[in-house]
Amino acid sequence: MELYKLSAHELRKKLQAKEVSAVEVAEAVYNRVDAVEDTVQAYISLTREAALAEARRVDEKIKTGQAILPLAGIPGALKDNICVKGTRTTCGSKILANYVPPYDATVTRKLAEQDTVIIGKANLDEFAMGSSTENSAFKVSRNPWDTDTVPGGSSGGSAAAVAAAEAVWALGSDTGGSIRLPAAFCGVVGLKPTYGRVSRYGLVAYASSLDQIGPITRDVTDCALVMNAIAGYDPLDSTSINAPTPDYTKALVPDIRGLKIGLPKEYFVAGMDPEVERAVYAAIEQLKALGAEYKEVSMPHTEYALATYYMVATAEASSNLARYVGVGFGYRGEGSDIIAMSKKSRTEGFGEEVRRRIMLGNYALSSGYYDAYYLKALKVRTLIKRDFDKAFEDVDVLAAPIAPTTAFKIGEKVDDPLAMYLQDVCTVPVNLAGVPAISLPCGFKDHMPIGLQIIGKPLGEETILRAAYAFEQNNDYYKRLAPLGRA
Amino acid sequence: MKITRKDVESVALLSRLEMDEAAMDKFTGQLNSILEYVDMLSKVDTEGVEPTAHVLNLKNVLRADAVKPSLPRELALSNAPEQEDGYFKVPKIMEG
Repeated sequence: MELYKLSAHELRKKLQAKEVSAVEVAEAVYNRVDAVEDTVQAYISLTREAALAEARRVDEKIKTGQAILPLAGIPGALKDNICVKGTRTTCGSKILANYVPPYDATVTRKLAEQDTVIIGKANLDEFAMGSSTENSAFKVSRNPWDTDTVPGGSSGGSAAAVAAAEAVWALGSDTGGSIRLPAAFCGVVGLKPTYGRVSRYGLVAYASSLDQIGPITRDVTDCALVMNAIAGYDPLDSTSINAPTPDYTKALVPDIRGLKIGLPKEYFVAGMDPEVERAVYAAIEQLKALGAEYKEVSMPHTEYALATYYMVATAEASSNLARYVGVGFGYRGEGSDIIAMSKKSRTEGFGEEVRRRIMLGNYALSSGYYDAYYLKALKVRTLIKRDFDKAFEDVDVLAAPIAPTTAFKIGEKVDDPLAMYLQDVCTVPVNLAGVPAISLPCGFKDHMPIGLQIIGKPLGEETILRAAYAFEQNNDYYKRLAPLGRA
Repeated sequence: MKITRKDVESVALLSRLEMDEAAMDKFTGQLNSILEYVDMLSKVDTEGVEPTAHVLNLKNVLRADAVKPSLPRELALSNAPEQEDGYFKVPKIMEG
């Protein structure tokens, strides 16, 4: 079998057994990139030289008999909103088109300490704002299962790269579903960890109370391996959780007897594709057959989550993005005074969706509307979080769909922002509550993948990994490779 | 109408964004439909409910007041659109 098709844990065995070298693995992945990237458009930049140099260092360790760490020499991709010192980090925006970070994100440093190999920086919706990766200033990524459809967003490049075997693993970021939606659309595994579990230091900020970095992988085992590498307390992120980091691979036990699963009926929204609904229910039946118990739970404020999200996220975004005025870094437009220069820099540098969210956020925060929109949303957020607290008094995890449909056509929703936002209806409540959730493939509709969402308690990553692993090992969805063609 | 053209104009100024007539019309329409959707929040009874700005109960996370290495000046300036004598350079801010 071609090397690029293997998972991280399979490649590790081959590296340890000296059946292959890390350089051979990296070259196999780059050959794959050369063969399919024109079709998939997953990457904004490739870091070939640095990757091969790192692979040679790993080979040297193997050759001299040194122990290698679990992800050593395993090629992955970073979403291009994660800073890598000396490597252009664009955030999918013209305003950061030439930005070269003078420091590493904490996750970048941790992955380097693991001797991982970074293939390149993956495409995304500009500033992680979008559900299709069509909002990138550089390119539109394509879904490897049907290249006329979107890969989902905003971590669409990361998910497409993993699904097309242009990377073994990838990091994405998830503010309202941006890891889980593309993972579902591209038929791969994506985990949004508990808020604060993975450091945000060096992640270009979108909405600071919601953003969280997490893995996108081909199977649940690799997801646990990447979590082991990136999770943990970081004094450089004041919202980092100071709790011990477990070995997530210990959770990979295909035994869920007695696990209590809650089914929040409000997640099965009106307008949901019946085949998606069927696949999710079938998955839950299967978990039940494996020994889990399940019951319906009610989370009555779910229907308000999307409206709450779009007030909270845009308000935070409008503040975070106030720094882009063409002074310290980023694109500078022409202007004779500082206000004119700021306006030109921002108007020419930001794309339409980013400008729309800045406008919406500043409106929600402005005098006269603050109470009605922003403060009201924060109060409803409390009620949404209470729904989770209450549900988790009775159950260990929640199972739900990721999105109402499978991947939609490129261009289908670009002119209707609200229709695009509605893609996130099943994912945003998780971010508002700060809890962890995983997406994994649970079926297909007309050859397009469907995602199952398993939501856990705060710091409940091990439980959702165990449930996901049990489901995965009793199915073969993770063994299928995307065809890279048109449906 | 939740948001008028005049509102859009003033929010654009606050946001430091320029907009031509066509963009102004488009944004007025789109922001209105989004805000009409968001208006469902007004139906929720939040009497006595505390706002949640943040899910973690963290307050004033402080570090020791110790001197640590920081970015060298050249590196901190390395992305500046314009610089002079070790400073970020901007157009004149004050008259005179």
